[in-house]
Amino acid sequence: MKKLLAVLSATTALAAGAASAADVSPAIIFDMGGKFDKSFNESAYNGAEKFAKDSGVKYREFEITNEAQREQALRNMARRGSNVIAAAGFAQEEAMRTVAKEFPDVKFCIVDSAIEDVPNIRSYTFKEEEGSFLVGMIAALKSQTGKVGFVGGMDIPLIRNFGHGYEQGVKYVASGDEVFMNMTGTTPAAWTDPTKGAELAKSQFDRGADVVYAAAGATGLGVLQAAADAGKFSIGVDSNQNWIHPGSVLTSMVKRVDVAVYDCYNSAKDGSWKGGHEVLSLANSGVDFAMDDNNKPLISDEMLAKVNDAKAKIIAGTLKVEPYTP
Amino acid sequence: MDNLNDIVTILASTVRLGTPLILCAIAGLFSERSGVVDMGLEGKMLGGAFLAASVAYLTGSPWLGLLAAIGFSIAISMLHGYACVTLNGDQVVTGVAINIMIAGFGPTFAFSWFNLGGRTPNLSGGQRFKDITLPLADTLKDVPVIGTIYDGLISGHNILVYVAFAVVPLSWWVLYKTRFGLRLRAVGENPSAVDVAGISVRGMRYQALVINGVLCGIAGAYLSTAHGAGFIRDMSAGKGYLALAALIFGKWKPGPTLAACLLFAFADAVQVRIQGVPLPFIGMVPSSFVQMIPYVLTVLVLAGFVGKSVGPKAAGIPYVKER
Repeated sequence: MKKLLAVLSATTALAAGAASAADVSPAIIFDMGGKFDKSFNESAYNGAEKFAKDSGVKYREFEITNEAQREQALRNMARRGSNVIAAAGFAQEEAMRTVAKEFPDVKFCIVDSAIEDVPNIRSYTFKEEEGSFLVGMIAALKSQTGKVGFVGGMDIPLIRNFGHGYEQGVKYVASGDEVFMNMTGTTPAAWTDPTKGAELAKSQFDRGADVVYAAAGATGLGVLQAAADAGKFSIGVDSNQNWIHPGSVLTSMVKRVDVAVYDCYNSAKDGSWKGGHEVLSLANSGVDFAMDDNNKPLISDEMLAKVNDAKAKIIAGTLKVEPYTP
Repeated sequence: MDNLNDIVTILASTVRLGTPLILCAIAGLFSERSGVVDMGLEGKMLGGAFLAASVAYLTGSPWLGLLAAIGFSIAISMLHGYACVTLNGDQVVTGVAINIMIAGFGPTFAFSWFNLGGRTPNLSGGQRFKDITLPLADTLKDVPVIGTIYDGLISGHNILVYVAFAVVPLSWWVLYKTRFGLRLRAVGENPSAVDVAGISVRGMRYQALVINGVLCGIAGAYLSTAHGAGFIRDMSAGKGYLALAALIFGKWKPGPTLAACLLFAFADAVQVRIQGVPLPFIGMVPSSFVQMIPYVLTVLVLAGFVGKSVGPKAAGIPYVKER
C-alpha cells in the first residue's frame, strides 16, 4: 500500500513538473455583492471572460455569499487543481494569506489589497483618488447648485479614498462648492442595500445636491435609480454604468478590475507572473472616467477639455491628488 | 422655513422606511393574536419581494407582481400553518426554517431565470409603483406650513404607503369591533374556550395566517417594486425581525405597534439624514457613531419606557384537544 502511494505521488509529481507554464488552470472568486453587481465584481468577471475568450482556457468561479466561505473557497479551488486563483475584493486578504501558505506552488492574485511579503501572491491596487478626482471635476462643472453628493458603501479607508479624491476634484473646479459625504453602513451588508442607497441620495438631493457619486457596489444601483427618479445626475463606479439610466448617469469612474484579473491570468500563462504589488493608475489606464454615446449629450466639449487637461497634468505629475490617510 | 423643510423631509423618509415595518408588524399581529408566533415575517417578505420583482419585470405590471407576491406569501403562511397548526410543530422553529429556506430560494430562482447572479433585472418606468401626487398638492405647495406638510409629507408617496397606513385602523376595527376579531383574540388567549363554543381553533388560526400572508406579500412588493427597483439578495435586511420587535414593543396592539414602527423608521431616517452634517454646538459627528443611533434608541426605549409587555397567552402553543 505504501509503495503504491509512493508511486502514485511520484507520478503526480512528474505530471506537475511536466506541466509547462502555458498550462494554466485559472479560477476566480467574487466577493459579496455578486458576480453581476454591474460594478466591481462584474468588472472582474469581464476580465476573466476576456481571458477565457482570448486563450480558450476555461476558468472556475465561486461567489462568496457569507464571510465564512472565503478560506474554504480558496482552498477548494487550490485543492481541485486550479493553479492561478484571482480573488476580487480586499476582504479576501486574510483568507488568501492563510491559503497561500498552504499551497506555495499555486499563484494567487488579489484585487484591492497591497500584499508584498508573500511570494506567491500578486496584489493589485488602484489609485481610485485619481479617477475620482476627474469625476469630481465633472460633477462640479455640471452642478447648478454648487452642491454635490457622495454615497459610499461600507465605511472603510478604500471607500473614503474614492470620496477624498472626489472632493479634491470638486474643489479644484469650484473651491466654494459643498460636498455631502454619506456612508451606507459599517458591515458588508452595506454593499447590497439599494433602498438605503436611494434614501441617502434623496436626503442629499433634499439638501440641494444635484449630482451624486455612488461608490457602493450594488447599493449604488439604488443611488442611480433615485437620481433618475428625481431628475438629477449620478456618477457610477467601477464598471461603466452610463447605460443604466442614460441621460441621468453623468459618467462612471471606471476602475479596471478586469485589466487586473486579465493580467493575473495572462502573466501566469506566458510565464512572466511574479508576486508583489502592482499599482494601477491614470497613467496606465487602471482608472479613468467613462465616455460613450449614453453620456455624450451630458458632457460639453468645454467640460471635457478641462477634465482632459487635468488628466494630463495628473499623469505628468504636475497635479497631485492626495490619497486618503486614515 | 428651512427647519420645517428639514423636519418634513425627515418625516417623509420615516414614512417610506416605516411602511414595510408597519405591514409586517400588523401581519405578525394577526397571526400572534391568533396564537401562532411568526418568526417567518422576514422570509415571507423577502419571498414576496422576489416574486413581485420577477413578475413585474416579466409582465410589465407591478399589480400582477403584487398579486404574485401576495399569493406566494400566503402559500408560505399555509406551509407554516400546516407545520404548526395542523401538525402541532414548533412555531419558532418553523418560522426560522422559512427564513432560511427563502433566503436561498429567491437568489437561486433569480439566478436560473435571469442569470444575473441572484438578482432580478432593474425595473423601470411602468414596472414599478409610481409616486402619487395627491390632489391640490401643487396648488397648496406655496401655502406656508400646511402646504409644505401636505406636499412634502402627505402627498407624493406610492400607493402601497397609503395602503400600509390604512391597514392600521382597519385592523384595529377588525380586531376590536367585529365578531371575527373577537374570536381571533380569544383563540390566542384561551383556545379551549373558543373550542367549547363550537368554533374551529385551527380554522381561525388558518384565517389569521391568510391575512398575515397578504400583508407580508404587500410588504415584499413594496421593497422591490415601489421603494426599490428590483430584487437583490437579502434586501429585506432584517426588517422582518425589526417588525417583530415593534410588535412586542407595541404590546400586540395596532396603534402602539404603528408608533413603534414609526419610531424605528424615524431613528433610521435621522441616521441617514444627519450623517456627514455638522450639528450645532457639536460639529461633525463620526458616521459610525451616527449609525449607532437606531440601536441605542431602541435599547433606551425598550428598557426605559415600555414596561412589561405580555403577549397573547396561547401564542406559541399548538392547540391540542384533550381526549
